[in-house]
Amino acid sequence: MATDKRFDGAGPDERYLAALREGRFMLQHCEECASVRFPPALVCRVCGSPRLIWRESPGQGVVYSTTTVRDRSGDYNVSLVELEGGARMMSSVDGVLAPPIGLPVRARIVSEADEVHVVFEARGEKP
Amino acid sequence: MSAGLRGRGAIVGIGNTQRWNAPGRSPFDQLQEAAVLALEDCGLSMSQVDGLYCAMSTSGLPVLNVAERLGIRPKQADGTMVGGASFLFHLQSAMAAIEAGLCEVALICYGSNQLTAGGKLASMPDPQPYETPFKPRYPISSYALAAARHMHRYGTTREQMADVAVAARQWAQRNPDAYVRDPLRREDVLASRMVSDPLSKADCCLVTDGGAAVVLVSAERARDMPQPPIYVLGTGVAVSHRQISAMPDLATTCAVESGQRAYAMAGVSPRDIQHVMLYDAFTINTILFLEDLGFCAKGEGGAFVSSGAISPGGALAVNTNGGGLSCNHPGMYGLFTLLESVVQLRGQAGERQIPGANLSLAHANGGVLSSQATAILGTAVTL
Repeated sequence: MATDKRFDGAGPDERYLAALREGRFMLQHCEECASVRFPPALVCRVCGSPRLIWRESPGQGVVYSTTTVRDRSGDYNVSLVELEGGARMMSSVDGVLAPPIGLPVRARIVSEADEVHVVFEARGEKP
Repeated sequence: MSAGLRGRGAIVGIGNTQRWNAPGRSPFDQLQEAAVLALEDCGLSMSQVDGLYCAMSTSGLPVLNVAERLGIRPKQADGTMVGGASFLFHLQSAMAAIEAGLCEVALICYGSNQLTAGGKLASMPDPQPYETPFKPRYPISSYALAAARHMHRYGTTREQMADVAVAARQWAQRNPDAYVRDPLRREDVLASRMVSDPLSKADCCLVTDGGAAVVLVSAERARDMPQPPIYVLGTGVAVSHRQISAMPDLATTCAVESGQRAYAMAGVSPRDIQHVMLYDAFTINTILFLEDLGFCAKGEGGAFVSSGAISPGGALAVNTNGGGLSCNHPGMYGLFTLLESVVQLRGQAGERQIPGANLSLAHANGGVLSSQATAILGTAVTL
Protein backbone atom coordinates (compact mmCIF):
# COMPACT_ATOMS: atom_id res chain seq x y z
CA MET A 1 0.00 0.00 0.00
CA ALA A 2 1.67 3.20 -1.16
CA THR A 3 0.97 6.16 1.10
CA ASP A 4 2.34 9.66 0.71
CA LYS A 5 5.20 9.87 3.22
CA ARG A 6 4.55 13.58 3.87
CA PHE A 7 1.42 12.61 5.75
CA ASP A 8 2.66 9.48 7.53
CA GLY A 9 2.58 9.29 11.32
CA ALA A 10 0.10 10.76 13.76
CA GLY A 11 -2.29 13.48 12.57
CA PRO A 12 -1.92 17.12 13.62
CA ASP A 13 -4.41 17.02 16.52
CA GLU A 14 -2.66 14.02 18.07
CA ARG A 15 0.78 15.55 17.56
CA TYR A 16 -0.28 18.79 19.23
CA LEU A 17 -1.63 16.93 22.26
CA ALA A 18 1.34 14.54 22.48
CA ALA A 19 3.75 17.50 22.62
CA LEU A 20 1.57 19.29 25.17
CA ARG A 21 1.60 16.18 27.37
CA GLU A 22 5.42 16.33 27.25
CA GLY A 23 5.31 19.96 28.35
CA ARG A 24 5.92 21.56 24.94
CA PHE A 25 3.44 24.04 23.43
CA MET A 26 3.87 23.60 19.67
CA LEU A 27 2.30 25.54 16.79
CA GLN A 28 2.35 24.89 13.04
CA HIS A 29 4.25 27.30 10.78
CA CYS A 30 3.75 27.38 7.03
CA GLU A 31 6.96 26.93 5.06
CA GLU A 32 5.42 28.66 2.05
CA CYS A 33 3.89 31.81 3.53
CA ALA A 34 5.14 31.82 7.17
CA SER A 35 1.59 31.93 8.61
CA VAL A 36 1.05 30.28 11.98
CA ARG A 37 -2.11 28.32 12.56
CA PHE A 38 -4.23 27.11 15.44
CA PRO A 39 -6.16 24.83 15.87
CA PRO A 40 -3.93 22.28 14.15
CA ALA A 41 -4.77 21.00 10.67
CA LEU A 42 -3.12 19.42 7.66
CA VAL A 43 -2.86 22.51 5.46
CA CYS A 44 -2.09 26.20 5.87
CA ARG A 45 -5.25 28.20 6.39
CA VAL A 46 -3.89 31.17 4.47
CA CYS A 47 -2.28 29.65 1.37
CA GLY A 48 -3.43 26.01 1.40
CA SER A 49 0.07 24.55 1.44
CA PRO A 50 0.55 21.18 3.18
CA ARG A 51 4.14 22.18 4.11
CA LEU A 52 3.58 22.89 7.79
CA ILE A 53 6.30 22.41 10.38
CA TRP A 54 6.00 22.36 14.17
CA ARG A 55 7.85 24.93 16.26
CA GLU A 56 7.72 25.43 19.99
CA SER A 57 5.79 28.59 20.84
CA PRO A 58 7.35 31.19 23.13
CA GLY A 59 3.84 31.31 24.62
CA GLN A 60 3.66 35.12 24.60
CA GLY A 61 0.35 36.53 23.47
CA VAL A 62 -2.17 39.32 23.94
CA VAL A 63 -5.87 39.14 24.78
CA TYR A 64 -7.75 39.56 21.45
CA SER A 65 -11.24 39.44 22.94
CA THR A 66 -12.86 38.34 26.16
CA THR A 67 -16.14 37.48 27.87
CA THR A 68 -17.19 36.74 31.42
CA VAL A 69 -19.49 33.73 31.59
CA ARG A 70 -22.07 34.19 34.34
CA ASP A 71 -22.67 30.93 36.10
CA ARG A 72 -24.49 29.92 39.29
CA SER A 73 -21.40 28.06 40.43
CA GLY A 74 -19.26 31.17 39.91
CA ASP A 75 -18.43 33.52 37.06
CA TYR A 76 -15.40 32.74 34.91
CA ASN A 77 -13.39 34.16 32.05
CA VAL A 78 -13.20 32.92 28.45
CA SER A 79 -10.75 34.76 26.20
CA LEU A 80 -9.30 34.57 22.73
CA VAL A 81 -5.54 35.01 22.84
CA GLU A 82 -3.51 36.04 19.81
CA LEU A 83 -0.08 34.42 19.57
CA GLU A 84 2.89 34.81 17.23
CA GLY A 85 2.07 34.95 13.55
CA GLY A 86 -1.56 35.81 14.22
CA ALA A 87 -2.52 32.33 15.52
CA ARG A 88 -5.47 32.64 17.84
CA MET A 89 -6.77 30.27 20.50
CA MET A 90 -9.65 30.08 22.93
CA SER A 91 -8.46 29.90 26.52
CA SER A 92 -8.88 31.67 29.83
CA VAL A 93 -6.76 34.19 31.71
CA ASP A 94 -5.97 32.93 35.22
CA GLY A 95 -7.31 34.91 38.14
CA VAL A 96 -8.82 37.72 36.06
CA LEU A 97 -12.56 37.86 35.40
CA ALA A 98 -12.42 40.57 32.72
CA PRO A 99 -8.91 41.05 31.32
CA PRO A 100 -8.68 44.13 29.09
CA ILE A 101 -8.30 43.52 25.36
CA GLY A 102 -4.62 43.97 24.54
CA LEU A 103 -3.40 42.62 27.88
CA PRO A 104 -0.04 40.82 27.42
CA VAL A 105 -0.29 37.23 28.63
CA ARG A 106 1.96 34.17 28.96
CA ALA A 107 0.98 30.54 28.30
CA ARG A 108 0.94 27.82 30.94
CA ILE A 109 0.21 24.15 30.30
CA VAL A 110 -2.41 22.59 32.55
CA SER A 111 -2.72 18.81 32.89
CA GLU A 112 -5.72 17.34 34.64
CA ALA A 113 -6.20 13.56 34.58
CA ASP A 114 -6.08 12.67 30.85
CA GLU A 115 -6.92 16.21 29.74
CA VAL A 116 -4.27 18.78 28.80
CA HIS A 117 -4.71 22.36 27.63
CA VAL A 118 -3.15 25.82 27.67
CA VAL A 119 -4.25 28.70 29.90
CA PHE A 120 -2.72 32.16 30.19
CA GLU A 121 -1.63 34.50 32.94
CA ALA A 122 -0.97 38.24 32.80
CA ARG A 123 2.63 39.28 32.18
CA GLY A 124 3.98 42.72 33.05
CA GLU A 125 1.97 45.91 32.82
CA LYS A 126 -0.93 46.68 30.54
CA PRO A 127 0.42 48.35 27.34
CA MET B 1 -21.98 33.93 -15.16
CA SER B 2 -24.07 33.84 -11.97
CA ALA B 3 -25.94 36.93 -13.21
CA GLY B 4 -27.65 34.41 -15.51
CA LEU B 5 -29.71 33.25 -12.53
CA ARG B 6 -31.19 36.71 -11.89
CA GLY B 7 -34.97 36.42 -11.73
CA ARG B 8 -34.92 32.90 -13.22
CA GLY B 9 -36.77 31.46 -10.21
CA ALA B 10 -39.58 32.72 -8.02
CA ILE B 11 -41.03 31.94 -4.62
CA VAL B 12 -44.68 31.14 -5.27
CA GLY B 13 -45.74 29.56 -2.00
CA ILE B 14 -44.95 30.14 1.67
CA GLY B 15 -45.99 28.30 4.81
CA ASN B 16 -45.55 29.44 8.41
CA THR B 17 -47.10 27.39 11.21
CA GLN B 18 -46.86 30.33 13.64
CA ARG B 19 -47.00 27.74 16.43
CA TRP B 20 -44.30 29.24 18.62
CA ASN B 21 -45.23 27.22 21.70
CA ALA B 22 -46.74 23.92 20.61
CA PRO B 23 -46.43 21.03 23.06
CA GLY B 24 -46.98 17.60 21.59
CA ARG B 25 -45.53 18.41 18.18
CA SER B 26 -42.23 17.08 16.89
CA PRO B 27 -39.90 19.06 14.62
CA PHE B 28 -41.18 16.91 11.74
CA ASP B 29 -44.81 17.77 12.64
CA GLN B 30 -43.99 21.47 12.42
CA LEU B 31 -42.16 20.98 9.12
CA GLN B 32 -44.95 18.91 7.55
CA GLU B 33 -47.61 21.47 8.45
CA ALA B 34 -45.51 24.28 6.97
CA ALA B 35 -44.97 22.23 3.78
CA VAL B 36 -48.72 21.64 3.39
CA LEU B 37 -49.43 25.34 3.93
CA ALA B 38 -46.80 26.40 1.37
CA LEU B 39 -48.12 24.02 -1.29
CA GLU B 40 -51.73 25.08 -0.67
CA ASP B 41 -50.59 28.71 -0.95
CA CYS B 42 -49.46 28.09 -4.54
CA GLY B 43 -51.98 25.44 -5.54
CA LEU B 44 -49.43 22.68 -6.15
CA SER B 45 -49.72 19.15 -4.81
CA MET B 46 -47.22 17.25 -2.69
CA SER B 47 -46.66 14.80 -5.54
CA GLN B 48 -45.41 17.64 -7.75
CA VAL B 49 -42.47 18.35 -5.42
CA ASP B 50 -39.38 16.91 -7.09
CA GLY B 51 -36.69 18.94 -5.31
CA LEU B 52 -36.32 18.72 -1.52
CA TYR B 53 -34.15 21.01 0.60
CA CYS B 54 -34.00 20.78 4.38
CA ALA B 55 -31.73 20.89 7.42
CA MET B 56 -32.46 20.17 11.06
CA SER B 57 -30.41 20.26 14.23
CA THR B 58 -32.26 17.19 15.48
CA SER B 59 -31.72 14.89 12.49
CA GLY B 60 -28.52 13.89 10.74
CA LEU B 61 -30.49 12.57 7.74
CA PRO B 62 -33.16 15.23 7.26
CA VAL B 63 -33.79 14.62 3.54
CA LEU B 64 -34.58 10.96 4.16
CA ASN B 65 -36.81 11.61 7.15
CA VAL B 66 -38.69 14.43 5.49
CA ALA B 67 -39.15 12.71 2.11
CA GLU B 68 -40.59 9.66 3.85
CA ARG B 69 -43.04 11.68 5.91
CA LEU B 70 -44.18 13.84 3.01
CA GLY B 71 -44.45 10.78 0.77
CA ILE B 72 -42.34 12.32 -1.98
CA ARG B 73 -39.66 10.84 -4.25
CA PRO B 74 -37.34 13.80 -4.96
CA LYS B 75 -35.01 13.63 -7.94
CA GLN B 76 -32.95 16.49 -6.56
CA ALA B 77 -32.14 17.06 -2.88
CA ASP B 78 -29.75 19.01 -0.67
CA GLY B 79 -29.37 18.68 3.09
CA THR B 80 -26.49 21.13 3.45
CA MET B 81 -26.15 21.98 7.13
CA VAL B 82 -24.39 25.25 7.92
CA GLY B 83 -26.61 26.25 10.85
CA GLY B 84 -29.34 28.86 10.59
CA ALA B 85 -28.16 30.08 7.18
CA SER B 86 -28.72 26.64 5.63
CA PHE B 87 -32.03 27.54 4.02
CA LEU B 88 -30.60 30.45 2.06
CA PHE B 89 -27.78 28.17 0.91
CA HIS B 90 -30.59 25.83 -0.17
CA LEU B 91 -32.29 28.67 -2.03
CA GLN B 92 -29.17 29.27 -4.12
CA SER B 93 -28.80 25.53 -4.83
CA ALA B 94 -32.48 25.24 -5.75
CA MET B 95 -32.21 28.21 -8.14
CA ALA B 96 -29.31 26.54 -9.92
CA ALA B 97 -31.04 23.13 -9.96
CA ILE B 98 -34.23 24.55 -11.49
CA GLU B 99 -32.28 26.51 -14.09
CA ALA B 100 -30.30 23.37 -14.97
CA GLY B 101 -33.49 21.31 -15.30
CA LEU B 102 -32.65 19.00 -12.40
CA CYS B 103 -36.04 19.66 -10.79
CA GLU B 104 -39.13 21.82 -11.34
CA VAL B 105 -40.77 22.30 -7.95
CA ALA B 106 -38.37 22.85 -5.06
CA LEU B 107 -39.58 22.71 -1.45
CA ILE B 108 -37.32 24.31 1.18
CA CYS B 109 -38.58 23.45 4.65
CA TYR B 110 -37.83 23.42 8.36
CA GLY B 111 -39.41 22.52 11.68
CA SER B 112 -38.38 22.70 15.32
CA ASN B 113 -39.71 22.11 18.81
CA GLN B 114 -36.82 23.84 20.53
CA LEU B 115 -38.98 25.56 23.13
CA THR B 116 -41.18 22.67 24.20
CA ALA B 117 -38.35 20.12 24.00
CA GLY B 118 -36.53 22.28 26.54
CA GLY B 119 -33.49 20.51 27.96
CA LYS B 120 -34.41 17.34 26.09
CA LEU B 121 -33.28 18.78 22.77
CA ALA B 122 -30.52 16.59 21.40
CA SER B 123 -27.53 18.67 20.47
CA MET B 124 -25.69 18.22 17.21
CA PRO B 125 -22.77 15.79 17.27
CA ASP B 126 -20.12 18.40 16.51
CA PRO B 127 -17.50 18.35 19.27
CA GLN B 128 -15.09 21.28 19.60
CA PRO B 129 -12.15 19.91 21.60
CA TYR B 130 -10.22 23.20 21.47
CA GLU B 131 -13.11 25.07 23.14
CA THR B 132 -14.62 22.55 25.57
CA PRO B 133 -11.98 22.86 28.34
CA PHE B 134 -12.85 26.55 28.77
CA LYS B 135 -16.63 26.03 29.03
CA PRO B 136 -17.84 28.81 26.73
CA ARG B 137 -21.64 28.83 26.71
CA TYR B 138 -22.66 27.81 23.21
CA PRO B 139 -23.32 29.77 21.12
CA ILE B 140 -23.68 32.98 23.15
CA SER B 141 -20.07 33.25 24.39
CA SER B 142 -18.81 33.22 20.81
CA TYR B 143 -21.13 36.10 19.88
CA ALA B 144 -20.11 37.86 23.10
CA LEU B 145 -16.45 37.66 22.02
CA ALA B 146 -17.41 39.24 18.68
CA ALA B 147 -19.44 41.94 20.44
CA ALA B 148 -16.56 42.73 22.82
CA ARG B 149 -14.20 43.04 19.88
CA HIS B 150 -16.61 45.32 17.99
CA MET B 151 -16.97 47.52 21.09
CA HIS B 152 -13.18 47.68 21.47
CA ARG B 153 -12.53 48.40 17.81
CA TYR B 154 -15.37 50.79 17.00
CA GLY B 155 -16.63 52.11 20.32
CA THR B 156 -19.97 50.35 20.00
CA THR B 157 -21.89 50.49 23.29
CA ARG B 158 -24.29 48.28 25.21
CA GLU B 159 -26.87 51.06 24.83
CA GLN B 160 -26.61 50.82 21.05
CA MET B 161 -27.04 47.05 21.18
CA ALA B 162 -30.03 47.54 23.49
CA ASP B 163 -31.58 49.81 20.87
CA VAL B 164 -31.50 46.88 18.41
CA ALA B 165 -33.70 44.86 20.78
CA VAL B 166 -36.02 47.85 21.33
CA ALA B 167 -36.47 48.42 17.57
CA ALA B 168 -37.25 44.72 17.05
CA ARG B 169 -39.85 44.87 19.81
CA GLN B 170 -41.46 47.97 18.30
CA TRP B 171 -41.87 46.09 15.03
CA ALA B 172 -43.21 43.02 16.89
CA GLN B 173 -45.89 45.23 18.40
CA ARG B 174 -47.13 45.80 14.84
CA ASN B 175 -47.18 42.06 14.10
CA PRO B 176 -50.08 40.17 15.72
CA ASP B 177 -48.22 36.88 15.10
CA ALA B 178 -45.05 37.86 17.01
CA TYR B 179 -44.43 35.77 20.12
CA VAL B 180 -43.40 38.63 22.44
CA ARG B 181 -45.07 42.03 22.14
CA ASP B 182 -44.72 43.60 25.60
CA PRO B 183 -43.24 47.09 25.70
CA LEU B 184 -39.44 47.10 25.94
CA ARG B 185 -37.22 50.08 26.80
CA ARG B 186 -33.47 50.53 26.57
CA GLU B 187 -33.27 50.51 30.38
CA ASP B 188 -35.02 47.12 30.48
CA VAL B 189 -32.40 45.60 28.20
CA LEU B 190 -29.54 47.13 30.18
CA ALA B 191 -31.03 45.83 33.45
CA SER B 192 -31.52 42.33 32.08
CA ARG B 193 -29.48 39.50 33.59
CA MET B 194 -25.97 39.26 32.14
CA VAL B 195 -25.28 35.87 30.53
CA SER B 196 -21.89 36.23 28.82
CA ASP B 197 -20.57 39.80 28.93
CA PRO B 198 -21.39 42.06 27.14
CA LEU B 199 -24.54 40.14 26.16
CA SER B 200 -27.50 39.98 28.55
CA LYS B 201 -30.60 37.81 28.29
CA ALA B 202 -32.41 40.62 26.47
CA ASP B 203 -29.62 40.73 23.86
CA CYS B 204 -30.49 37.12 22.95
CA CYS B 205 -33.10 35.85 20.53
CA LEU B 206 -36.18 34.02 21.71
CA VAL B 207 -36.36 30.26 22.06
CA THR B 208 -39.55 29.07 20.35
CA ASP B 209 -41.01 26.23 18.31
CA GLY B 210 -41.98 26.77 14.68
CA GLY B 211 -42.17 25.51 11.13
CA ALA B 212 -41.52 27.23 7.80
CA ALA B 213 -41.53 26.29 4.12
CA VAL B 214 -41.20 27.96 0.72
CA VAL B 215 -41.92 26.65 -2.78
CA LEU B 216 -39.62 27.76 -5.61
CA VAL B 217 -40.36 27.26 -9.32
CA SER B 218 -39.03 28.71 -12.58
CA ALA B 219 -40.05 32.27 -13.49
CA GLU B 220 -42.03 30.91 -16.46
CA ARG B 221 -44.05 28.54 -14.30
CA ALA B 222 -44.52 31.20 -11.61
CA ARG B 223 -46.73 33.34 -13.89
CA ASP B 224 -49.68 30.96 -13.58
CA MET B 225 -49.76 30.77 -9.79
CA PRO B 226 -52.44 32.21 -7.51
CA GLN B 227 -50.07 34.49 -5.55
CA PRO B 228 -47.93 37.21 -7.13
CA PRO B 229 -44.52 35.64 -7.83
CA ILE B 230 -41.64 36.96 -5.75
CA TYR B 231 -38.56 36.69 -7.93
CA VAL B 232 -35.14 35.70 -6.63
CA LEU B 233 -32.93 38.40 -8.14
CA GLY B 234 -29.69 37.58 -6.38
CA THR B 235 -28.15 35.10 -3.97
CA GLY B 236 -24.76 34.88 -2.34
CA VAL B 237 -23.26 32.60 0.27
CA ALA B 238 -19.98 32.56 2.20
CA VAL B 239 -18.25 30.48 4.88
CA SER B 240 -15.35 31.75 6.98
CA HIS B 241 -14.80 29.39 9.94
CA ARG B 242 -16.41 26.94 12.37
CA GLN B 243 -15.17 27.95 15.82
CA ILE B 244 -14.95 31.57 16.89
CA SER B 245 -11.17 31.43 17.51
CA ALA B 246 -10.72 30.85 13.76
CA MET B 247 -12.88 33.78 12.62
CA PRO B 248 -10.50 36.01 10.61
CA ASP B 249 -11.67 39.32 12.16
CA LEU B 250 -14.28 39.15 14.91
CA ALA B 251 -15.63 42.60 14.05
CA THR B 252 -16.30 41.83 10.36
CA THR B 253 -18.32 38.88 9.05
CA CYS B 254 -18.24 37.17 5.66
CA ALA B 255 -21.65 38.75 5.05
CA VAL B 256 -19.41 41.22 3.19
CA GLU B 257 -18.78 38.47 0.62
CA SER B 258 -22.26 36.93 0.52
CA GLY B 259 -23.72 40.43 0.17
CA GLN B 260 -21.39 41.46 -2.66
CA ARG B 261 -22.27 38.24 -4.52
CA ALA B 262 -26.00 38.81 -4.11
CA TYR B 263 -25.82 42.50 -5.09
CA ALA B 264 -23.73 41.63 -8.16
CA MET B 265 -26.19 38.96 -9.33
CA ALA B 266 -29.19 41.22 -8.73
CA GLY B 267 -27.51 44.29 -10.23
CA VAL B 268 -28.60 46.48 -7.32
CA SER B 269 -26.86 48.29 -4.46
CA PRO B 270 -27.76 48.70 -0.77
CA ARG B 271 -29.43 52.06 -1.37
CA ASP B 272 -31.94 50.42 -3.74
CA ILE B 273 -33.21 48.02 -1.03
CA GLN B 274 -36.56 49.00 0.52
CA HIS B 275 -36.93 46.27 3.12
CA VAL B 276 -34.32 44.28 5.03
CA MET B 277 -34.37 41.09 7.08
CA LEU B 278 -31.24 40.38 9.14
CA TYR B 279 -30.81 37.23 11.22
CA ASP B 280 -30.73 38.70 14.74
CA ALA B 281 -29.72 35.79 16.95
CA PHE B 282 -28.11 38.42 19.19
CA THR B 283 -28.30 42.21 19.12
CA ILE B 284 -24.72 42.52 17.84
CA ASN B 285 -25.75 40.58 14.70
CA THR B 286 -27.98 43.35 13.42
CA ILE B 287 -25.19 45.90 13.86
CA LEU B 288 -22.62 43.66 12.13
CA PHE B 289 -24.89 42.89 9.17
CA LEU B 290 -26.05 46.50 8.68
CA GLU B 291 -22.37 47.38 8.27
CA ASP B 292 -21.20 44.33 6.35
CA LEU B 293 -24.09 44.51 3.86
CA GLY B 294 -23.39 48.18 3.19
CA PHE B 295 -26.38 49.89 4.83
CA CYS B 296 -24.00 52.06 6.86
CA ALA B 297 -20.24 52.51 7.09
CA LYS B 298 -18.11 49.96 8.95
CA GLY B 299 -18.08 50.74 12.64
CA GLU B 300 -21.14 52.99 12.47
CA GLY B 301 -23.80 50.30 12.93
CA GLY B 302 -24.38 51.18 16.58
CA ALA B 303 -24.87 54.87 15.91
CA PHE B 304 -27.05 54.05 12.90
CA VAL B 305 -29.38 51.97 15.07
CA SER B 306 -29.48 54.51 17.90
CA SER B 307 -30.44 57.25 15.42
CA GLY B 308 -33.77 55.44 15.03
CA ALA B 309 -32.99 54.36 11.47
CA ILE B 310 -34.26 50.78 11.86
CA SER B 311 -37.21 51.50 14.16
CA PRO B 312 -40.73 51.79 12.71
CA GLY B 313 -40.84 55.07 10.79
CA GLY B 314 -37.05 55.11 10.38
CA ALA B 315 -35.02 55.41 7.19
CA LEU B 316 -34.60 51.64 6.70
CA ALA B 317 -37.26 49.01 7.48
CA VAL B 318 -35.39 46.19 9.24
CA ASN B 319 -36.80 42.98 10.75
CA THR B 320 -40.39 44.08 10.37
CA ASN B 321 -41.80 40.84 11.81
CA GLY B 322 -40.00 41.53 15.10
CA GLY B 323 -37.04 39.34 14.18
CA GLY B 324 -35.52 36.50 16.12
CA LEU B 325 -35.40 38.84 19.10
CA SER B 326 -39.18 39.32 19.36
CA CYS B 327 -41.13 37.33 16.72
CA ASN B 328 -39.80 33.78 16.82
CA HIS B 329 -36.57 31.78 16.88
CA PRO B 330 -37.04 28.03 16.59
CA GLY B 331 -33.39 26.92 16.72
CA MET B 332 -32.54 27.89 13.16
CA TYR B 333 -34.37 31.04 12.05
CA GLY B 334 -32.98 31.58 8.53
CA LEU B 335 -36.03 30.54 6.53
CA PHE B 336 -38.22 32.98 8.44
CA THR B 337 -36.24 35.91 7.01
CA LEU B 338 -37.38 34.83 3.53
CA LEU B 339 -41.00 34.44 4.65
CA GLU B 340 -41.22 38.02 5.91
CA SER B 341 -39.56 39.36 2.75
CA VAL B 342 -42.17 37.55 0.65
CA VAL B 343 -45.06 38.74 2.84
CA GLN B 344 -43.85 42.36 2.54
CA LEU B 345 -43.31 42.15 -1.24
CA ARG B 346 -46.77 40.64 -1.71
CA GLY B 347 -48.20 43.55 0.27
CA GLN B 348 -49.71 41.21 2.87
CA ALA B 349 -48.00 42.54 6.00
CA GLY B 350 -50.98 44.42 7.47
CA GLU B 351 -50.15 47.11 10.01
CA ARG B 352 -46.39 46.65 9.51
CA GLN B 353 -46.55 46.80 5.68
CA ILE B 354 -43.85 48.89 4.02
CA PRO B 355 -45.84 50.82 1.39
CA GLY B 356 -44.76 50.06 -2.16
CA ALA B 357 -41.93 47.71 -1.20
CA ASN B 358 -40.63 46.04 -4.37
CA LEU B 359 -37.09 45.09 -3.41
CA SER B 360 -36.20 43.22 -0.24
CA LEU B 361 -32.98 41.74 1.14
CA ALA B 362 -33.05 38.69 3.42
CA HIS B 363 -29.87 37.71 5.22
CA ALA B 364 -29.20 34.63 7.32
CA ASN B 365 -26.35 33.63 9.59
CA GLY B 366 -25.21 30.24 10.84
CA GLY B 367 -22.93 28.70 13.44
CA VAL B 368 -21.03 31.40 15.31
CA LEU B 369 -21.04 34.07 12.57
CA SER B 370 -19.55 31.21 10.51
CA SER B 371 -21.81 30.96 7.47
CA GLN B 372 -23.57 33.89 5.81
CA ALA B 373 -26.17 33.88 3.05
CA THR B 374 -27.90 36.79 1.35
CA ALA B 375 -30.93 36.76 -0.93
CA ILE B 376 -32.37 39.70 -2.84
CA LEU B 377 -36.03 39.33 -3.76
CA GLY B 378 -38.23 41.49 -5.94
CA THR B 379 -41.70 41.86 -7.41
CA ALA B 380 -42.38 41.71 -11.16
CA VAL B 381 -41.50 45.40 -11.65
CA THR B 382 -37.90 44.70 -10.59
CA LEU B 383 -37.27 42.13 -13.33
